[in-house]
Amino acid sequence: MADNVLRLENLTMQFGGLIAVDDISLDVNKGEIVALIGPNGAGKTTAFNCITGVYEPTNGRVLLNGEIISESYPRGKMKDAYKGKNKGTYNKVVRHTPDKITYRGIARTFQNIRLFKALTVFENVMIAKHMRAKQNIFTATFRLNWKEERRMREETMALLEEQNLAHLKDHTASSLPYGLQRRLEIARALATDPSLLLLDEPAAGMNPQETQEIAEFIRSVREKYKTTILLIEHHMGLVMQISERIYVLDFGEMIAHGTPDEIRSNQKVIGAYLGVVEDAEN
Amino acid sequence: MSAYDVFQLFFPYILSGISIGGQYALIAIGYSMVYSILRLINFAHGDVFMVGGLFMVFAAASFPLWVAIPVVIVLVVLLGFLIERVAYKPLRTAPRMSVMISAIGVSYLLQNLALYFTGGLNRMYPAIPWISDTISIFGVTTRRVTVITPFLVVALVFILVWLINNTKIGIAMRAAAKDFDTSQLMGIKINSVISTTFIIGSFLAAIGSILFFTSFPGVFPAAGAMPGLKAFVAAVFGGIGSIPGAVIGGLLIGVFETLIRGGDIILGPAGLGILSGSMDIAAFSDAFTFVLLVVILVFRPSGLFGEKPTDKV
Amino acid sequence: MDVINSTKKISTKNLTIIALLVAFFILLIILEQVIAPTDRMNMLLVSLRQGSIFALLAVSMNLLNGFTGLFSLGHAGFMLIGATTYALFSIPLAQRTDVFLWFSDSYLIRTSFPEVLGNAIGGPGMIMGMLIAITLAGLITAVFAFLVGLPVLRMRSDYLAIATLGFAEIIRALIMWQGLGTLTNAGNPLRNFTRHVDLNITIGGQTFGLITFTLALLSAICIFVIILIVSSSYGRAFKAIREDDIAAEAMGINLFKHKQLSFCISSFFVGIGGALLAIFMGTVAPIQFRAAMTYEFLLIVVLGGIGSVSGSVIGAMLFVFASMWWLRGLDSGAFLGLERITIGGFNIGERVFVSGFRLVVFSVIIMCVVLFFRRGLLGDKELPYYVKKLKDTIVTRITRKEKAGVSDG
Repeated sequence: MADNVLRLENLTMQFGGLIAVDDISLDVNKGEIVALIGPNGAGKTTAFNCITGVYEPTNGRVLLNGEIISESYPRGKMKDAYKGKNKGTYNKVVRHTPDKITYRGIARTFQNIRLFKALTVFENVMIAKHMRAKQNIFTATFRLNWKEERRMREETMALLEEQNLAHLKDHTASSLPYGLQRRLEIARALATDPSLLLLDEPAAGMNPQETQEIAEFIRSVREKYKTTILLIEHHMGLVMQISERIYVLDFGEMIAHGTPDEIRSNQKVIGAYLGVVEDAEN
Repeated sequence: MSAYDVFQLFFPYILSGISIGGQYALIAIGYSMVYSILRLINFAHGDVFMVGGLFMVFAAASFPLWVAIPVVIVLVVLLGFLIERVAYKPLRTAPRMSVMISAIGVSYLLQNLALYFTGGLNRMYPAIPWISDTISIFGVTTRRVTVITPFLVVALVFILVWLINNTKIGIAMRAAAKDFDTSQLMGIKINSVISTTFIIGSFLAAIGSILFFTSFPGVFPAAGAMPGLKAFVAAVFGGIGSIPGAVIGGLLIGVFETLIRGGDIILGPAGLGILSGSMDIAAFSDAFTFVLLVVILVFRPSGLFGEKPTDKV
Repeated sequence: MDVINSTKKISTKNLTIIALLVAFFILLIILEQVIAPTDRMNMLLVSLRQGSIFALLAVSMNLLNGFTGLFSLGHAGFMLIGATTYALFSIPLAQRTDVFLWFSDSYLIRTSFPEVLGNAIGGPGMIMGMLIAITLAGLITAVFAFLVGLPVLRMRSDYLAIATLGFAEIIRALIMWQGLGTLTNAGNPLRNFTRHVDLNITIGGQTFGLITFTLALLSAICIFVIILIVSSSYGRAFKAIREDDIAAEAMGINLFKHKQLSFCISSFFVGIGGALLAIFMGTVAPIQFRAAMTYEFLLIVVLGGIGSVSGSVIGAMLFVFASMWWLRGLDSGAFLGLERITIGGFNIGERVFVSGFRLVVFSVIIMCVVLFFRRGLLGDKELPYYVKKLKDTIVTRITRKEKAGVSDG
């Protein structure tokens, strides 16, 4: 598939004796908005952490634009302790630190917003530009990189203006209201020029109106920046509204996959959520 | 060289190493307990130990020893308690770095106070009858304190472990070490738990200081810095939060340090004959501890008996 | 947009700062000619010398502890490397047998940059030689920092503190080790190296002292470079690591590489600071470079404000001026006339104000700052921020008054 952006193959993560992510496979294609849902503790954030290089998966493979960015098989202590599936399918180790993964084009936000709190809105976005700037410590110190620096500043300002954050550029990140902090975190992630954006519960803690706004915002992000988006979300209204396809995790296992309509009527999903769906849909 | 000669060569070092190690262990327990609850390297702990030595110097000048020893122990405990109340408690919600800086500030203050009151001079530690008597054991002449220390340490540790496992306050301590915030929610009076921790730590440091300085030439303002740091390394080595770990760490550091201090003699012509001249190996007796620290932190950050910390993303 | 253009044009704010600095240095040169070494005011010059070196050392520590959030306590060890390197490469050959008493025929380094260049091209050559030795001190310190950084920079924050403290001790032990005596003099003091007293210029029988000026200028240049780093793209990356390392890594910042960078740069300047301190003190005695010295700099940084360059400079100056000059009386029996108070035969001057009291008072002040003014003097802001704030308050007050005046009329 030429337009495949992200692919997980048999991804498994075992902590001690607990399998947090159990043999999940998933595809995200170019330009799609895909949601990963599931009850609390289903392993969604763990899956995110495997994709972004925070964790090394116990077994399985992650591909970005057809290139393996992470691969592992049960080794060391896990060699005997491994209880998951597909033992022996993988035998290579490909490992990158989170910064390298970001450099390859995956940007993320965090469940519990992680902004650079004491720094300004402007600096927060500028920091994300640091990675791709053509400079070294010497040129940066003596301002021989002034062209790069100016480009970074211009792009940052442009991004902030597009996100309606320009007027707040000199405010410290921690002084922004919650909704704007979420938005800034997404803007900061976009500043790394990602081909794939991972959003970890973008609507957490938001009221219905803010949730509606963030839904429109996520859509507009895809239109404007031609990014592909994979999001974790509990808010079913939002998920059903914006995602093209949905994957459902429960106890680490992938229990369903399909369009919003298919998922809505899937008995397994309803079983897993039982009540939560109705609750969240109001 | 016969086996007996080898024994004769090593025995004095091992004996005094175990003794010094035991004294480190007593200080290390204070570090370990405080760290496991507050995640604070109490840089002032070594100086509390030094002040304990000074208290003894001054107390022994005014009281008979049977009064001076309890007075010193009470004063040191009081000092540890006060330091926590004045310098650490107000910073409970502050970033960890602030508390660590406060600890360094207290260390600086105690050292400067000691400098002021002693005039920077080395003060002779009073000879305590019986424990500082010279005895002979397997042909090695030493002070009685050297032989007593390991037994005393083991006894104290047994009592302490029993207290921690069986008393209400001990259980509260373990809960606070496991999860500070949740233990508070469960109704544990965290401030009294922390105070108790400091009291126990200071009590052991006071005992340690009596044992340590008895076999040492004297007390001076910086006398606590090095033993303090070494004791912390011992705590890390054994696994922070683990009391038996702190003891084993202390003993190991004590033994190795003394062996290195005697390295030139042990390896020299009069010893094993590996070295022909002096290599000045003794210069590394202090540095060795820190090499050990780096090695343990790189290869096994949780120490010998510690639990692995988890960071949540 | 002024943000975008600020890299190109020099603002009036910067011009004011430059003008003030130039004025300060001119004043320094003049003061140095006016004040005789025997004068009581000479204390001012001595304090300024030590203060500017301490300022550099504090700012370097702040780069690491304040801006990158790495709680490192290896300062004294790195200073010792810098000081030793400088001394080793600037002791004149004729002095070496005297200095290397125990290694008089086997000492290894037989080059003195100030001497070699001084003999070749005279006075300026000697200064160049000193500068080369100072730079070398920085570079060698940075190399050591790189090696130390390999294991320690992967550790958790508090373990990093204790491990760097440990490495400082290891470095000191190595330098004092007999085995390296031919290289380092094994803990015996290094002395007789080229010093600031050699920096006086004689023109037509008239000697011009440039000691204070030179030391302050060198420190100022280094501090200026640190400011440039802190305000560069890399400086922002350092601050990002301080604020949230996980988020910084997710933004593509390689944590280890950037920590290592900050650690080496900081140590480079610590090495230079150590070299300048050697120049100031005249002897390098390894036994002095203990953990207590690191603590002192840490407390200076806290006093000035963690994360503020100007704060560290002010903190260092206050520390030096207070301990060298203003509080000196606390040690020698006379302070603000308090020494005349006698309570029941207990004379404060004789009984309280004795050697060591100054440091006690100082530690108490520092503890008060740590406990009650946790942000220090300047917090994490720089001096111009407060100047601007002050100006704004005054302006609003004046306009308010004017308005009041108008409504009155």
